[in-house]
Amino acid sequence: MAESYLHDEFPEATQGGADPNVVDPEPVMGNPTAPSQDRKAVKAEQRRELVRAPSFIIGAVILLFWTLCAIAPGLLTKWGENEVIRLEDGSTIPRAAPSADAWFGTDTIGNDVYARVIYGADNVLINAPISALIAVLAGAVLGLIMGFYRGWADEILSRIIEAILSLPVILLAIMVLVVFGSSRLVIVLTIAGLFTPVVARTVRSAVLTEAQLDYVTSAKLRGESGWFIMMREIFPNITNVLIVEFTVRVGYAIFTVATLAFLGLSGGDQTAADWGVDIANGYSLIQSGQWWVSIFPALAIASLVIAVNLIADSIEKVYKA
Amino acid sequence: MVRFILRRLALSIVTLFIILFVVFALTRVFPSDPARQLAGPFAPQERVDELTESLGLDDPLVTQFFRLVGDVITLDFGESFSQPGVKVIDLVRPALWNSAKLVFLALAITLPISIVGGIIAARKKDTIIDRSIVSLGLASASIPDFVSGVLLQFVIGVQLGWLPAISNTPDGAGFFTQIEYILLPALAILFVYFGYIARITRAGAVTALESDYARTAYMKGLGTTEVVRKHVLKNALQPTVAVTGTQMGYLFGGLVGLERVFNYPGLGNLILKAATAPDFPLLQTSVIFVAIIFMIATLTSDLIIAWMNPRARLDVGDN
Repeated sequence: MAESYLHDEFPEATQGGADPNVVDPEPVMGNPTAPSQDRKAVKAEQRRELVRAPSFIIGAVILLFWTLCAIAPGLLTKWGENEVIRLEDGSTIPRAAPSADAWFGTDTIGNDVYARVIYGADNVLINAPISALIAVLAGAVLGLIMGFYRGWADEILSRIIEAILSLPVILLAIMVLVVFGSSRLVIVLTIAGLFTPVVARTVRSAVLTEAQLDYVTSAKLRGESGWFIMMREIFPNITNVLIVEFTVRVGYAIFTVATLAFLGLSGGDQTAADWGVDIANGYSLIQSGQWWVSIFPALAIASLVIAVNLIADSIEKVYKA
Repeated sequence: MVRFILRRLALSIVTLFIILFVVFALTRVFPSDPARQLAGPFAPQERVDELTESLGLDDPLVTQFFRLVGDVITLDFGESFSQPGVKVIDLVRPALWNSAKLVFLALAITLPISIVGGIIAARKKDTIIDRSIVSLGLASASIPDFVSGVLLQFVIGVQLGWLPAISNTPDGAGFFTQIEYILLPALAILFVYFGYIARITRAGAVTALESDYARTAYMKGLGTTEVVRKHVLKNALQPTVAVTGTQMGYLFGGLVGLERVFNYPGLGNLILKAATAPDFPLLQTSVIFVAIIFMIATLTSDLIIAWMNPRARLDVGDN
């Protein structure tokens, strides 16, 4: 599971190779005739199972650490993101290797790389979840309508979705950013827009499965409106799909946000600490021996995406068990 | 089979048409005036008008769209904005060739390793070996390509000094020297794809190993290796083939960050240059080429699957 440009084409990958066309004979959460306590009990059990899973715990701890950095970076470092380190005698130490004065060394200006890693967390941690959330909401609406009503609109939208998914997300993102200019808002909306098709496709196929079940048929026979059936009958039964989809999308969104920053397309203040920007500024120094400028932010990105994927994977396992 | 190929081809062309339309729509909302950009900021208005006229920018949008379709058919995309006088196609061709070299080397490494990993995981299902392959794969696959690239460059290229840290292959380098220079970015691609392809192969192999035909093969007395080789592989590898096809677009056009790290002159690097210039004809053409490659790759992988599994020939187009 690496990136959406990558891997969304094959939902089977996350379903352990099960044939997606075969309807699950016992849908985990698709039984509305069961008393609501049962559903609550199942959910509580799922939650208990989740917080006991080692991969979830490891992922959550790492994610909490970076969230703390994003919220209150000042708690973890005495230096500012653009503050040149001064020793007690007032001297500066640019290009210093990691030492007791600067744990992760200093960059060419003399800033503390550790402080920049701590302060650099907020860009991805704010932008990625917001874009994933917008994508999941928009994709859910689109997928519900497509899967419930079918027909020619579904046919056309499906073709357009296939076409958009055939191009790498990063490529389309670059095109959109060149056209509209890059700012935080444009980046968030672009990533959200580019992730919407894949969410819509996943939701659509979940809705197709649900729509064949008896409770939907009986709601139709009761003469309920399409809107009611979608929102009150089908929607509660696909929330697990949406939660899994959201966590997976957050991972991909971090990937995309960081890549755009690395490519110099993140817009805004380019001197503010940002992992992608800092790697871009530092990677050419690796060959002259100053590896610390780029390697620490690189490890930060790696740890965050691994954490998010561990969480996503354990949530998926629990819900599909 | 002919019928299958024709239907599949028609589907590809429809998709390509939609992509062209998306690219075209994006180009048309481009806020800056391409003619002004081409003429330069201080050029007289007459010159800009002249260019607008010659580029056909004031023609109706429908005419402009079909001109783009014509460009694709004739593979003639006009001149670059950032390098006037140079044909766009002459910039794209060498980049495409460089990308192809990297992609083929990467696949030559990634596919065998990941397939073997996936089959081992399937045969040792639910053991510690299976779990480590799956979790290591998941971890490495979630790291962005440029991050793996930077880490590999540091460890293997600089600290250990085993391979060139930058992929600036010398001119006229021989086959093996070329491989040496692009081995690091290819390894970064292995990082990204190992987990994914191993997982897909594992899933396919688990289903195949538990199938009736595998049981029959066991019962007629074949050993495990024989069963895997003769019966399981052909069925288990179908998802792997399909996935490899769908990833070609990403491998050719999505490795923008990775190519930047290694300063490798592939399609990704060209796209980044076109975006920062900005050179819209160049950007548009590169994107169209990525789309064409994706079409050819998925078509090929579908044909391979149809050859592997006759049942797949029946259900084209209705997914």
